[in-house]
Amino acid sequence: MMSETRSSRKALKSRNLFIGVALTSIFALAALLSLIWTPYDVTQLDISSKLKSPSWEHLFGTDHFGRDTFSMVMVGAQTSISVAFIAVGIGMGLGVPLGLSAAAYRGGLLDEFIMRGNDLIFAFPSLLIAIMITAVFGPSAVNAIIAIGIFNIPVFARLSRGAALPLWTRDFILSARVAGKGSARISVEHILPNITNLLVVQGTIQFSLGILAEAGLSYVGLGVQPPIPSWGRMLAESQTLISIAPHLALFPGFAILLTVLGLNLAGDGLRDLLDPRIRRTRR
Amino acid sequence: MLPYLIKRLGSLIVSLFVASLVIFACIEIVPGDPASFMLGVNAQPDTVNALREELGLNTSHTQRYVSWISGLLKGDLGTSYTYRSPVSDIVADRLQVSVPLALYALTLTILIAFPVGVLAAAWRGSAVDLFVMGATQLGIAVPNFWFAILMVIVFAINLGWFSAGGFPGWDAGILAVIKALTLPAVALALPQASILARVMRSSLLDTLSEDYIRSARAKGLSRRQVMWRHALRNAMIPVLTIIGLQFSFLLAGAIIIENVFFLPGLGRLVFQAITQRDLIVVESVVMLLVFAVVLVNFLVDLAYAWVDPRLRERS
Repeated sequence: MMSETRSSRKALKSRNLFIGVALTSIFALAALLSLIWTPYDVTQLDISSKLKSPSWEHLFGTDHFGRDTFSMVMVGAQTSISVAFIAVGIGMGLGVPLGLSAAAYRGGLLDEFIMRGNDLIFAFPSLLIAIMITAVFGPSAVNAIIAIGIFNIPVFARLSRGAALPLWTRDFILSARVAGKGSARISVEHILPNITNLLVVQGTIQFSLGILAEAGLSYVGLGVQPPIPSWGRMLAESQTLISIAPHLALFPGFAILLTVLGLNLAGDGLRDLLDPRIRRTRR
Repeated sequence: MLPYLIKRLGSLIVSLFVASLVIFACIEIVPGDPASFMLGVNAQPDTVNALREELGLNTSHTQRYVSWISGLLKGDLGTSYTYRSPVSDIVADRLQVSVPLALYALTLTILIAFPVGVLAAAWRGSAVDLFVMGATQLGIAVPNFWFAILMVIVFAINLGWFSAGGFPGWDAGILAVIKALTLPAVALALPQASILARVMRSSLLDTLSEDYIRSARAKGLSRRQVMWRHALRNAMIPVLTIIGLQFSFLLAGAIIIENVFFLPGLGRLVFQAITQRDLIVVESVVMLLVFAVVLVNFLVDLAYAWVDPRLRERS
């Protein structure tokens, strides 16, 4: 009885992973495809066919400039995914070395400094600071990436420090020490490979949070600037037209929802696959 | 308890100090100087000079920082350049929207998350649990401003139950206020309630597998008695932490949600100040929001030191 429920739970988990990866792949492929082909040119205005409802000609209808919503959702995928992906890259690129050095010199001044700095960033409402950064330096894709990326740094620093600490007491690290390797080299050669699974799982979760953050920033006009389409701004533009063209509010929203859902399911599934002990950490 | 209190108070002050430095530095490094940034490219040189004088830009960084902080400590948040009135007056006005909204959303979050989380944990593996896990997965993935737009289409435009935006003011009566704040509060609460329900569920499941729960069952308490008397109280610690963190999200999330519903709250004030380049408002209101967040997290820390004496002793 017990094993039956357990195996059915397991099957459910791998189904999660499957659905998650499938959803994520659909949007990733749409983003890649949009680099070379979209059904219509998204910079092409065609006022004569504005605010068309969904039809075979325009699958998702058209907006107030007559642009094809389907094509805009495709290019929007490219915007969202690239902003969130680079932001995760910044978080990992800076956060992991910080966390690893904090663990390598644990208890020291560096450790204290890195961890207190992290606490500080954690204490701030992230969106507020992101909005402040984009406000001071002007709205642009690059500033949105930096604003989202900064808040990924403490996440990865804390995670890699926490995972690295118990490893430092293990025998294989001791042997590496005896073999004459320094702390930095041990961190890279022995600690890092052992925490990669964790980083991948957390990376997926931060990726989904990044997609949501990018959508929020571009909704209030602080993300990628026109004429490049983004899901958040499409929603902002749809808002004034909801009573005459509600379809404009549906498709970009579903795109965000399904991408984030896909990444979350994939993250959950990966976690169970790679390391059942990891507890999901969410802000 | 006292040493713990002093230690936490110390880190609270350090956090606020560093936060103020960061915010001050952000404003100082705007392209050009704050005066010309605020007035834009077409400003006359003497207008810029007059504003420079008003902002005290001719004094040193240190002097300006000290006067800003000492002003804040006395409750003087400076004077808004666009509104031409004290920032503290504007903030007091906006708080009449923001505080009720945040509290409304937090209440909804807790009212939804607690029963749902407890139910899912009590019936672990059942259809109820699966449904809760699926629904909360969706709730986490939905961008709340999109959910807000959808609710406006259904409940404001089609059904006409709530208003689509704007705030009538408290003079219009409590019913009008509820009509204006319900949809924004639900939009803010949805993702938070989903996260909190999951935390509640997993924290309860962890607690229910503890030895003392088995002892309580062994001494003859019913499942329900164990749940209410032993499990819930112990499962509250992670839940309290998350509620504290969620408060900061409610404040920041309100910036976007207040924009969806054109609500004249603090979030919208910050956003408008940013587009109008009113740096004095931005600087002081951001600092105020950070203060609120740090203070709430401090109070949460105290709350669970009170709930769980082990935490006090460990530190």
